Amino acid sequence: MSDVLERDVLAPQTEADLAQIVADAQGPLRIVGGGTRPVGRAVHGQPLSTANLSGITLYEPGALTLVAGAGTPLPDVQAALAAEGQRLPFEPMDHRALMGGVADDGTGVPTLGGMVAGNVSGPRRFISGACRDSLIGLRFVDGAGNVVSNGGRVMKNVTGYDLVKLMAGSWGTLGVFSQVSLKLLPEPETCAMLVCEGLDDETALRAMTCALGTPFEVNGAAHLQGADSSASVTRLRLEGFAGSVTYRAGCVQAALAPIADFEIVEDPDKTRSVWEEVRDVKAFAGKTGDVWQISTVPGDAPGLVARVPGARALYDWGGGRVWLLVTEGVDVRHRLGAFRGHATLVRGGKDTRTAIAPFQPEAPAVAMLSEALRRRFDPRGILNPGLMA
Amino acid sequence: MEMPKPSDIVIAGKAAIVAMLRQVLPEDAVIDNIAETRAYECDGLAAYTCPPLAVVLPRSTEEVSAVLRVCHEAGVPVVPRGAGTSLAGGALPTADSVVLGVARLNDVLETDYDNRFIRVQSGRTNLSVTQAVEDEGFFYAPDPSSQLACAIAGNIAMNSGGAHCLKYGVTTNNLLGVTMVMMNGDVVELGGAFCDASGLDLLGLVCGSEGQLGVVTEATLRILPKPEGARPVLMGFDSAEVAGACVADIIKAGVLPVAIEFMDRPCITACENFTGAGYPICEALLIVEVEGSDPEIDHQLALIKDIAGRHNPVEMRESQSAEESAAIWLGRKSAFGAMGQMGDYICLDGTIPVSELPFVLRRIGELAKEYGLGVANVFHAGDGNMHPLILYNANKPGDLALAEGFGEDILRLCVEVGGCLTGEHGVGVEKRELMSTQFAPADLEAQMQVKDVFDPGWLLNPSKVFPLSSSASRRERTI
Repeated sequence: MSDVLERDVLAPQTEADLAQIVADAQGPLRIVGGGTRPVGRAVHGQPLSTANLSGITLYEPGALTLVAGAGTPLPDVQAALAAEGQRLPFEPMDHRALMGGVADDGTGVPTLGGMVAGNVSGPRRFISGACRDSLIGLRFVDGAGNVVSNGGRVMKNVTGYDLVKLMAGSWGTLGVFSQVSLKLLPEPETCAMLVCEGLDDETALRAMTCALGTPFEVNGAAHLQGADSSASVTRLRLEGFAGSVTYRAGCVQAALAPIADFEIVEDPDKTRSVWEEVRDVKAFAGKTGDVWQISTVPGDAPGLVARVPGARALYDWGGGRVWLLVTEGVDVRHRLGAFRGHATLVRGGKDTRTAIAPFQPEAPAVAMLSEALRRRFDPRGILNPGLMA
Repeated sequence: MEMPKPSDIVIAGKAAIVAMLRQVLPEDAVIDNIAETRAYECDGLAAYTCPPLAVVLPRSTEEVSAVLRVCHEAGVPVVPRGAGTSLAGGALPTADSVVLGVARLNDVLETDYDNRFIRVQSGRTNLSVTQAVEDEGFFYAPDPSSQLACAIAGNIAMNSGGAHCLKYGVTTNNLLGVTMVMMNGDVVELGGAFCDASGLDLLGLVCGSEGQLGVVTEATLRILPKPEGARPVLMGFDSAEVAGACVADIIKAGVLPVAIEFMDRPCITACENFTGAGYPICEALLIVEVEGSDPEIDHQLALIKDIAGRHNPVEMRESQSAEESAAIWLGRKSAFGAMGQMGDYICLDGTIPVSELPFVLRRIGELAKEYGLGVANVFHAGDGNMHPLILYNANKPGDLALAEGFGEDILRLCVEVGGCLTGEHGVGVEKRELMSTQFAPADLEAQMQVKDVFDPGWLLNPSKVFPLSSSASRRERTI
């Protein structure tokens, strides 16, 4: 790929333009949303930006639904929702702080399309679902230049196959999104958290498991291992109406008493800022090393972390997701061996991302299906080729 | 409703096919005499019947794999069947097909309360999943009306919902993993007792694919701690518009009820006559249910009643006891039975944007007059999933066709206002030919190429979901 072509950014103004550009493409395309999530293997191809496919086309607060162009900046969407007291249920992570050191261009702003392409979700995922669970419709252009619509703008829809799920998390390798429809939820009145410092991983896991087994709707459960000068901290979050949050915080505290003494923090601003830090994995921002994400059975998590000596771990989703900060170049998957779940190299230098497959290799039968689907949706192999390889 | 002409060659080869099936299955797992296969001639869409070539009732993933390998090699179509409760004809056989019933795959394989999941064989009924975990204070959230009878396999095939999905989501949002047998007999594991896929989300693709991509034999399901309590409030209004506005205001106010059910006058009357639930006879009735501890419920219901009060309800009744809650739900849960007592009916399930509710209800009323047929509406109001019940007389020549025409007009209307053909029942054979009103040819092509990948010979449930003319070249080719 020549440098001239690399610099020449294609930026269609309409979905029809996008379809024409993809149909006419003579070589690989590197799909660009906000450029804030450089996950996967480096892609060489002509940049194709969705920046101009931007804007909210429909927002019905009473129906909890929003439709917008794939290039719409996420902050614009979040501001529109906040004005109506609503939000995205899945609490999408903002990768900018974590990825800062390796992003191609640190000036980007996350887009709706990029968020969907990575199925990006935050701490609330284990109770409110992932991005894909709130995604109710998509329009995209496949690798042959066909415009495809799937799902729609209503939240209950089983008409035909659910390609929306297939496309979410496909990192732009099956199609280029032009429009995204999402299901929303009301912003709760307030929030609070329970905090305990100094717990070891096993005890923290037991505490989180206990809390998540109660009916008190804990919707955040995270544990950050201590570092040189700081103790570990375990946090549980509650959201809802003020009286209900106070009541449930007391109930959870009492349920946890046999395991550890958790302190209730009722300050909603403090709670929000702390959970933003958890969401964005701020603890590992600016720290040297690679960052891996492990999705597993919560109870297996401490044992897995113990297999990677020298790593620092942030447990989220009550242990279902573990962020690991490791020395650059360490193949975490090799250390973990066989386990229930998968490990993804989220942040790593280009050399590491070349040497180690960023995405967990699939079982052969599954890999064959995935490969066959790729050949159908992108017969020429021009959409972000090799990114998920 | 048209079905493709069955293959004479397959039908002529019945004896050989049955013999091959008997080689891989125990004697009692293969049914081929016509008196017994007739029990499988239809599902919940009973207007259409066709006994299959044979029925197999395997007891393990290995047996399912063996059956599919036999059918694959012999080129015999296979119709997977859960409990046979599909309202869309998803399990309707053809004369040249083998029905693969999963009813004997009904074990609980693993329960893990610490990690909040259960792994079951797919023939297990929906309600019995909750029953397996409720002693420990957990439940499985999706709750279709047929939950006493319907199987998890069918729930996965149709991505079933239920009354409580406004808060808890539908099957796809509660499904963590499956063991699935492909048409060629290969077994694949998708997902597991953890969140999200590393590569492409094939699990999400399989859920809702109406048994066309593979036969799911085991499922890992998310279970949740049971709420402390739940309580409904019943509200009557003198117009559908006002009830619709009330629903929008409740949602905008930041209250998230677990269920908001809507019934119109014909439905209220039928349910009241059938159950004596004590419903007010009015134009529109809402049942709104919230969860939590008693004080939390009090708080949420106070907010809801305050909002409803501004819409001048003709009646507002908050449940004061478990008995009253049961009475409030009794009518709603008996709605289909109540309508069934009045005659034959077709149950639709198009979804519309909730803002279009008043217009769509008015238009359905007009259409009912034009067709000269009765219709009653019961509705998951929070999510726009309508269930118009069209009444007809199966013994009156032409009445079924008339009712189907009326139903098709309603579904076209749902699509025109921005909605879809089916919210939770699936396409099956019932809505197959209407798919082209919602999807452009390229949209259908994208879906059909997924089936090409999983089932290149189009042998699994082949004559469903896609308009026959769209799928013909694929179904009729020989590979």
